Amino acid sequence: MPPGLATWLRRHKLLALGGVLVGAMILLAAVAPLIAGDPVILQAFNRNKPPSDRFWFGTDNFGRDVYNRTVFGARVSLLVGAAVAALSLSIGVTIGLVAGFDRRLDAVVMRIMDGLMAIPGVLLAISLIALAKPSVAIVILAITIPEVPRVVRLVRSLVLSVREQPYIEAAISAGTPRARILRRHVLPNIVPPLIVQGTYVCASAILIEAGLSFLGAGTPAEIPTWGNMIASGRSFFQLAPWMIFFPGACLAITVLGINLLGDGLRDSLDPRIAKRL
Amino acid sequence: MIAYVIRRLLATIPVMGVVAVTVFLMLRLSPGDPAAVIAGDTATTAEIALMRERLGLDAPLLQQFLVWLWNICRGDLGTSIFSNRPVAGLILERFEPTLALTLSTLVIAVLIAVTAGILAAWKAGSWIDVGVMVVTVLGFSVPVFVIGYLLVYVFAIELRWLPVQGYVSFRTDIVGALRSLVLPSSALGLAYIALIARVTRASMIEVLAQDYIRTARAKGVEERRVVVGHALKNAAIPIITIIGIGFALLISGVIITETVFNLPGIGRLTIDAIIRRDYPIIQGVTLVFAAVYVVLNLVIDLLYTVLDPRIRY
Repeated sequence: MPPGLATWLRRHKLLALGGVLVGAMILLAAVAPLIAGDPVILQAFNRNKPPSDRFWFGTDNFGRDVYNRTVFGARVSLLVGAAVAALSLSIGVTIGLVAGFDRRLDAVVMRIMDGLMAIPGVLLAISLIALAKPSVAIVILAITIPEVPRVVRLVRSLVLSVREQPYIEAAISAGTPRARILRRHVLPNIVPPLIVQGTYVCASAILIEAGLSFLGAGTPAEIPTWGNMIASGRSFFQLAPWMIFFPGACLAITVLGINLLGDGLRDSLDPRIAKRL
Repeated sequence: MIAYVIRRLLATIPVMGVVAVTVFLMLRLSPGDPAAVIAGDTATTAEIALMRERLGLDAPLLQQFLVWLWNICRGDLGTSIFSNRPVAGLILERFEPTLALTLSTLVIAVLIAVTAGILAAWKAGSWIDVGVMVVTVLGFSVPVFVIGYLLVYVFAIELRWLPVQGYVSFRTDIVGALRSLVLPSSALGLAYIALIARVTRASMIEVLAQDYIRTARAKGVEERRVVVGHALKNAAIPIITIIGIGFALLISGVIITETVFNLPGIGRLTIDAIIRRDYPIIQGVTLVFAAVYVVLNLVIDLLYTVLDPRIRY
């Protein structure tokens, strides 16, 4: 190992560990069809088989291979996490930038955000999903809505501190249009904390998707996701605990990796926050 | 002081207003015909029309909202479609297990988290600190249902120390009730513990670096009194804030925990309502939980002025 890399690794332990875990999961999801068999095929004669040479993670109550389903489950979880992070960041940044720069809008927007934050996220998502035809897109949307207010709050507080800087005042007095100030001068200065926030939103979205599927109010039951697998293992928990433990472990490892990645990014991108948390 | 209390009370009105409008609009603005969705796939046109009438969906939107709001203010949260009983009554019936679970989790979590956070800050950089931080990262990452089943497997199925599932009412058997709450509270509390411990640690580290802490130590004040008497008192505000904000996290977890441990609380009521598309119940529960959250954070804001006389808004 070259000496430069060793030093970097020592300084960025969290980033490296998180990166490896997340990278491994992304790779797993990408090559799922190559390393795992059919996740939905039913084998009635192989029901509730414990882990063995043939079925690494055992089989479920329909005789489906838990290993195959776990590997394919990574796809939905990562998709939901990434999509929710991207969506809630773009919506939250737009609203937050405007709110932070316009005092009249600010009061109204922040009251609405306070109200939305008062509704527990899982309940808000459940209410939205209960009325729509279940699909991955609806789940993504329903998880995004409760995440947006948190992003708006963060963006607004960042904008409020940036706008007091002399270079913003200079830009205003030079007659720069507001949209240009926001895009060229404010946005680049708030990107590092937003990237960190994005990783946390992604982790929380993956947990909520699994939670919703576990409750039977998430991704359609026929799609193999970790939450759906754990939900179907509920009634067979004492008989076939592997139906819950393998997807549960993958879920925890993925979220752990993303959280470590976030902590590592926070420490290296923004030493000021690092000291406080 | 009184002026501040009144102003703070008034500030909850717009927040609850937004909550009410959101909960109201969710049903009305949903794609498709909500009456048809709730009536189910097999409903006839006449049944759908009847459902529309029962839900009051045939009146103008503003009129619907005002009637709905007026009913809520009188304590009428609507009627369950499935059982035809008042939603408020159904929620009250299921109140005890949920309240017991929430309170026991709150107490256990705050005790463990604040102690761990203080220790980690006091011995910052030591193995205690590293250990606490590792546990908090795990607490943020392991979902409540996974840790729940793990605890059941170890402590109920393998060791047989505690019941696997179910709830015993405090009115029949206090010891049994407490035993039935140990595992659910531990599972539900983990993420909450992680959150509070992290904030406690950060807040304590900041305070312990202050000049007056050095002064206290220099004049020979006992270390226990320095940490608890001088430092914790001044580090308390962010800790109490996060206890309030994190409560939303706890409520979301309650629904899942009640499903894992088969506790007959408000969470189970909600899940049964989802399966039966009993929308008035989902709306009622959402409103009640949001109101609890708003009131709790109001109480915490008012506590600030008692805890820290410097705070005057």
